[in-house]
Amino acid sequence: MATASVVNRREFLKTGAAGGAALVIGFHVSPKAFADQAQEQEKKTPNPFDAWVRITPDNRVTLVLGKSEMGQGVYTALPMILAEELCVDWKQVHVEQAPTNPQVYDLGTGGSGSVAGSWLPLRQAGAAAREMLIAAAAKKWEVGADTCKAKDGYVVHGHPERSFRYGELVADAAKLEIPNFNKVLLKNSNDFTIVGRDTHRLDTADKSTGKAHFGIDSRIPGMLYAVIARCPVFEGKVASFDATKAKAVQGVRDVFEIKTSGRGASTTGGIAVLAENSWAAIQGRKALEVKWDEGAAASESSEELRNQFLQNAGAKPANTLRNDGDADAALASAGKKVEAIYELPFAAHVCMEPMNCTVHIGPDSAEAWVPSQGPQWAQAVIAEAAKLPPEKVTVHTTLMGGGFGRRYQADFVMEAAQVAKISGKPVMVLWTREDDMQHDFYRPASYHKLQGALDNEGKLIAYKHFQTSTSIAAKWSQKGADDPGLGEFGTGATIPYTTPNIRIEYTLAHSSAPRAWWRSVEHSSSGFVMESFIDELAHASGQDPLAFRLKLIGDSRKIPQFGEGRADYHPLDTARLKGVLQFAAEKSGWGKPIPKGQGRGIAGFYSFFSYVAAVAEVSASNAGFKVNRIVCAVDCGRAVNPNGVRAQVESAAIYALTATVKDAITVEGGRVVQANFNDYAMIRMNEAPPMEVYIVPSTEAPTGIGEPTVPVIAPAICNAIFSATGKRLRRLPIRGEDLA
Amino acid sequence: MAISFTLNGKSQSVDVSPDMPLLWVLRDTLNMTGTKFGCGMALCGACTVHINGEATRSCITPISSVAGKKVATIEGLSADGSHPVQKAWMEEDVPQCGYCQSGQIMSAVALLTKKPNPTDADIDDAMSGNICRCGTYQRIRKAIHRASSSMAGKAHSAA
Repeated sequence: MATASVVNRREFLKTGAAGGAALVIGFHVSPKAFADQAQEQEKKTPNPFDAWVRITPDNRVTLVLGKSEMGQGVYTALPMILAEELCVDWKQVHVEQAPTNPQVYDLGTGGSGSVAGSWLPLRQAGAAAREMLIAAAAKKWEVGADTCKAKDGYVVHGHPERSFRYGELVADAAKLEIPNFNKVLLKNSNDFTIVGRDTHRLDTADKSTGKAHFGIDSRIPGMLYAVIARCPVFEGKVASFDATKAKAVQGVRDVFEIKTSGRGASTTGGIAVLAENSWAAIQGRKALEVKWDEGAAASESSEELRNQFLQNAGAKPANTLRNDGDADAALASAGKKVEAIYELPFAAHVCMEPMNCTVHIGPDSAEAWVPSQGPQWAQAVIAEAAKLPPEKVTVHTTLMGGGFGRRYQADFVMEAAQVAKISGKPVMVLWTREDDMQHDFYRPASYHKLQGALDNEGKLIAYKHFQTSTSIAAKWSQKGADDPGLGEFGTGATIPYTTPNIRIEYTLAHSSAPRAWWRSVEHSSSGFVMESFIDELAHASGQDPLAFRLKLIGDSRKIPQFGEGRADYHPLDTARLKGVLQFAAEKSGWGKPIPKGQGRGIAGFYSFFSYVAAVAEVSASNAGFKVNRIVCAVDCGRAVNPNGVRAQVESAAIYALTATVKDAITVEGGRVVQANFNDYAMIRMNEAPPMEVYIVPSTEAPTGIGEPTVPVIAPAICNAIFSATGKRLRRLPIRGEDLA
Repeated sequence: MAISFTLNGKSQSVDVSPDMPLLWVLRDTLNMTGTKFGCGMALCGACTVHINGEATRSCITPISSVAGKKVATIEGLSADGSHPVQKAWMEEDVPQCGYCQSGQIMSAVALLTKKPNPTDADIDDAMSGNICRCGTYQRIRKAIHRASSSMAGKAHSAA
């Protein structure tokens, strides 16, 4: 297929495809999704097309777009949207991963933004194609287009009905004028037959038979397998190495040093061991002798970081992000005050498929197989390493065995590019589980001081939140500047609870540990802190935690997102927040008697433009606890595939449960202590509680669903444990001694 | 030194280091990538295969130890995904990222072979060695019960 080099936005293209003319629509899927600094730093190109619909004479509908599948189900939900407007069986729509092309696409998958961002453009593209096909048929029959309609991949007309298959119309349709996307007639949602129906995923068969190919399954003729010895200390370097013993290992082909640099790099590089197979490479690395220059970070530890937190909490806050009224005065004069400290640790992503990347760099071009949420960044990194223009680098974005934000990074791509450049052969750089866990980009560790004041009627008269943390923004800031803290708060500074006096303060803490976006990012901390503390206030005022929340949220209104320039940009709708709280409460039997030693806890939070509430039921005593049941209610606008929405909520709940009850990532001697599933454990089958997910029926546009369940799980569980035992848990993960 | 074993019903011979784990022989020597690497320490179950019918972590199983034995992998379960456990996985929409599911399915098949009608406690026992980071446990449990029912149905109709 030829692609026009200069085309206007949302313009139809007429192109000659092998086997006849095809109708091809190029359009734009909003990349706006969510602010992603790494992506923003990439050079923008003027051509905005990043998605295409192609209908060929064989009736095949292909949707080409730059969204990666990491388990979240976009390869099912997105074709459903297109198929709905196009009036075809959604199984007829095939998804192709757009190849990276810096001149054409702007790729990236994250921020729970794929369905939300693609909803309108995909509907418009489907409707535009439908109108074109109808017009082509009407012309053939010499009848008015308004007397024809689209149905199941045909345009039909009259009684008795006559019809053309779409494939028969594409050549003529491609010659027609382009409808304006903003004027195409979208289907009435009452007529939806695909969107909103429980739909099986398209990729389940391949994933149940071992046929699904992930990045780690890339097999290129002549390829070598490599592992890299990296300095265990953050930012440490190679001092010297002796490869003699490594090279003596059967199957090892080469050993050399690589250096990484620039924005994509995380470690400084290391010693690459290349072999005929992964096992030999791993054995070769074990035999390798390396002396490290550990550098300044070697003195860092979790204990030292906590001391920084304590020091910051005792000093004047560096930044005041929000100051409504006078919280300090209100606190000073309040009849009832509550004060609490909350702490969260570093957390690792732990994708089941460890990081890996396969690259082949030739003299004039390069090719790579990358399990990536940001393949365009991967392309740029390889191009830089190979000293090639980006368009000479072909990136195949593979399926991902989990992403969770980790695979937005390009550190593993950078390493593979460096190895491939020196080797000249196709090379897969494989990370072992230990590599993956100890060289991650962690969810920041944070420390929070919360203060609240209640009047005699139980109204909240002041809310104060001080946070000190190892910010993501500071890690990524090219200037290394102090982070003012807004990004670290997320919706934690957008407070749905009515109070005249709010003060939000922040002080940056320093750490060399890499940090970045972990499923739900800063909301994982903000949700835990806010929804635990509100629970404390409810109990302090002697009110039911649900009733207290509903009363404090108050009237239905829209609260602008704090720090967002536009007040009308997805404001927090208090009616929808109350809606999910009440829905979860109702479905869980909130308020009904519960046996002694058990308790229920509730939490609700707004993030990624979606509303989620959870009720957890636990059995708890000073000897331990068990989560017996989790009930979630979600309002993510219109659920395109309710089955997929439920799957994402279940998934995020288990992800959050692991962070709530399992292990912390800790630092000793400037290195991560945990290395594998024995010391950084995951929730397993025997610990996974029964879950129920309820979706609020909605006609609003779809919003995020991959992440927004994460923030409510820890507070719901901790609030339930308080209800059962009277023990308030203020640090994650929950430790046995905190219950005793 | 060549090591011979039966792989998915066919005889197979490989000439590799005897201490090389079966996982890497499958993946890198034989290019059978359905069996996955997850931890290298028998902690996550992603590499689960059957050796003489027993669910086994191939990442710590030296190839020398499978000489003369019967190895079954996800690729050998059915040619077309028609095994009742695979069908149940599809009907319950179990996989999300899907990376751990070959191992989950192999563990589930081994369980159902021994206990055609497993209780929830049996499922906990047999499946807790397999980690799913996408948290599909509830659907895996349902799918095992579903497969158990469909296999029992078949046994009845055959009898």
